[in-house]
Amino acid sequence: MDIQAVTMPRWGMTMTEGRVNAWLVDVGAAVRPAQEILEIETEKIANAFESSVSGILRRKLVEPGQVAPVGSLLGVIADAGTSDADIDAFIASHRAHEGERAADAAQGPSARLVAALDGQVNVLSVGPEQGTPVVLIHGFGGDLNSWLFTQPALAGDRPVHALDLPAHGGSSIPPTMTLEGMTARVAAALDSLAVGRAHVVAHSLGAAVALLLARDTPGRVASLSLIAPAGLGAEINAAYIGDFLAAERRPQMKQALGALFADPGQVKREMVDDVLRFMRTDGVPAALRQLAEDVFPGGHQRMALRGVLETTAIPCQLIWGEQDRVIPCTQAAGLPSTVVVHTIADAGHMPHMEHAGRVTALLASFIAAADNRQP
Amino acid sequence: MPQKSYRQALNDALRLEMRRDDSVIVLGEDITGGKGATGEQDAWGGAFGVTKGLLKEFGEERVLDTPITESAFVGAAAGAAMTGLRPVVEIMFVDFLGVCFDQIINQAAKFRYMFGGKAVTPMVLRATYGAGSGSASQHSQTLYPLFAHIPGLKVVIPSSPYDAKGLLIQSIRDNDPVIFLENKILYDEVGEVPDGAYTVPFGEANFVREGSDLTIVALGRMVGRATAAAAKLAEQGVECTVLDPRTLSPLDTDSIIESVEETGRLVIVDESYPRCGAAADIASIVAEHAFGALKAPVVKVTPPHSPVPYAPELEGAFIPSVARIEAAAQSVMSFRR
Repeated sequence: MDIQAVTMPRWGMTMTEGRVNAWLVDVGAAVRPAQEILEIETEKIANAFESSVSGILRRKLVEPGQVAPVGSLLGVIADAGTSDADIDAFIASHRAHEGERAADAAQGPSARLVAALDGQVNVLSVGPEQGTPVVLIHGFGGDLNSWLFTQPALAGDRPVHALDLPAHGGSSIPPTMTLEGMTARVAAALDSLAVGRAHVVAHSLGAAVALLLARDTPGRVASLSLIAPAGLGAEINAAYIGDFLAAERRPQMKQALGALFADPGQVKREMVDDVLRFMRTDGVPAALRQLAEDVFPGGHQRMALRGVLETTAIPCQLIWGEQDRVIPCTQAAGLPSTVVVHTIADAGHMPHMEHAGRVTALLASFIAAADNRQP
Repeated sequence: MPQKSYRQALNDALRLEMRRDDSVIVLGEDITGGKGATGEQDAWGGAFGVTKGLLKEFGEERVLDTPITESAFVGAAAGAAMTGLRPVVEIMFVDFLGVCFDQIINQAAKFRYMFGGKAVTPMVLRATYGAGSGSASQHSQTLYPLFAHIPGLKVVIPSSPYDAKGLLIQSIRDNDPVIFLENKILYDEVGEVPDGAYTVPFGEANFVREGSDLTIVALGRMVGRATAAAAKLAEQGVECTVLDPRTLSPLDTDSIIESVEETGRLVIVDESYPRCGAAADIASIVAEHAFGALKAPVVKVTPPHSPVPYAPELEGAFIPSVARIEAAAQSVMSFRR
C-alpha cells in the first residue's frame, strides 16, 4: 500500500486550524477505515476524526494540546513493511508542500444567493459538476454549516449543495413562514441551480421539507436520507423549541442547544455565538416564531407525512440518535420494511455532527446504491 | 458576506434606523456640509465622513447642522430625547464633551432616576477618541472612564465593523443616554458586515480568541493589538483568550471572571490613562471576585499618566504596542511565587 497522510480536516467554511485533544490509537497499532483515531476540537465543536484508510499508524507528528492549521500533517499511516526512511522522505515531501495546501484550504468554497420565488436562498456548493447531485437541508433554527462534516465527505464524486432554509442563515425572510412556503422556495432554488434530480439528505424539520418534495415532485428525488426527521409523529420537545426561541444571552442559548446533543459538552462558545448572531438579525425571531406556530402548534407536530414513506418508490433511509431529546427515535418504528432504519446508540438529535463518520458512511453507501439501482 | 469599512458600517446603522423609525434624527457640526456656507451640500458627511449621504435621503429636517457649540446642541438633544425624538449627536472629538458635562452628567444621566422612571432619554452621543492620528493632546484622548464612572450612562466601544453596526443600532433603540466611542484609526478597518439590520447587545463580551493559558481583556483599538500579540504568543506555545467587553458600561463581569477562572492569568490592555481607568476598574473586579483563581499578578498595559504627545515618535510610544502586550504576557507566564 501507499503511505497515507493524516491531515487536519476542514470542518466548515471558517475553520483555519484545529486542536488535537487526544490520539485514540498508539503508534504501531492497526487502523481500519471509519475507526476513530484522533479527537480534534475547533472553536465550534469537538469531534472524533476517523481514518479513511487501513494500515498501521506509523507516526504521530502532533502532541495532544497542539494546534495545527487545516491541511497540515498530523500523522502517517502505512503498512508494516514500509521502511522508516521512506516514511521520513514522505513527511519531508508533504511538509515542503504544506504552504500551498494551506493556501488552498484558506481559500475554501463560498456560499452564494440564488433566486427563489420572491426572495433568495443561500447555497454552498462543493464537489465536481458531474454526477447526480446531493442536496442537504438543515433543521429548524439551523443553517448549512450544520453539514460541516457531511458536505466535504460526500463531495468526492458529485456536486453537493447545502441550502439555508428561508429566514435561516444567509437566505432572505419571506413575508410569511409556513412549511409549504419553505418547500416551494427550496424547489425554486433547486430550479435556479438547475438541479433536476438529486439525492436529498435532510435533518429534522428539513426532513419534512424533503418529504413534501418527495410527495409532490417525486421525479426530482433520487433518494431520501432523513436524519432525526420531523413529520413522522406528533411528539416534539416543545420545551426545546420554547427555550431556543426565548434565549437572548449566551448562558441560556448554551443550555438550550445542549438538548440537541447526547453530550451537551459538544456545544462550544462559537456555536452559541453563531446562533445568537443569527437570532439578533431583524425579522428572524418573528419569522421563526411564526414557523414554530405553523409546524408545532400547541407543542405538537402538525404535519403527518408517514404516508409518503409508506407509498413512495423512492429509496429511503432514516438515521436517528437513540438519545434524541427533541424528536424521539421511537417514531421510526412501524414503517414498511422498504425503509432502512439506522439508530445510533450514543447520539442525540444531531447524529451527523456527533458521529459524523458513521453517518457519512451510511449516507455515502446508500446514495451509491441508489445510483446503481437506477437505469 | 459583504465586506465593509467601520465607517460604512456606522453609516449603514444610521441609515437603516432612520428608515425604520421617523423619530431618529442626526445632528452635529458639518454633517450636512457646513450650515450657512455656500458650496456643495454634504461634501464630506461630517468631519470623518460617517454621515455621508444621509442628507440626501432624509433631508434637513432630520439631518441637522449645528453651530460650533457642543454645550448647546448636546443640551438640545437631551431635551429632544425627553420629548419623543431619538437624536444621534456627532461630536468630532470626545475631548470636546468637557464643555457639556452638566448636560450629560447632571441632566441626561439623571432624568430616568429623578423622574421616578417615567422619563426616558434615548440619546446617542457619537464621538471619536484615541491617539495615533497626530491630532495632539486636545483631540486624542481616550476618555471612556469618565463616562463609565457615571450611573445612568451607557458606554459603548466597538472594535470591529461588525460590532460597530450592531452596537450602534442597539444604542439607537436603547432608551438611555449612550456614549458611543469610535476610534478614529479604525474607520478604514474592513470586515464582514451583513447588509440588513441586526443588534449586538450591551454587556456581552466577545471572545475574540480562546486559549487556556492567559486572558487578555482589551478595549476598542487595543483588541486588534491584543489579537496580534496572542498570535505571536501562540507561536511560543502560550494560548490566550482575547476578551473584548464591547461595552464598558454595562460591563460583562461574568465573562471576565469566568475566563480568569479558566486561565488563572490576566493582562488588561487599555488606551485610557492608567489612574482610575478602565484597566484599573477591571483589575479591581477580578481581584475582588476571582482572587483565588489567580496564578500571577494582574498586569495592566496602558499609556503613561501623561497627556497625548504630539511628536510622532512619542505618540507612537504612548499607545500600548503589540510588543508591550507580548512582554506583559511573558512576564505573567513566567511569574513564580
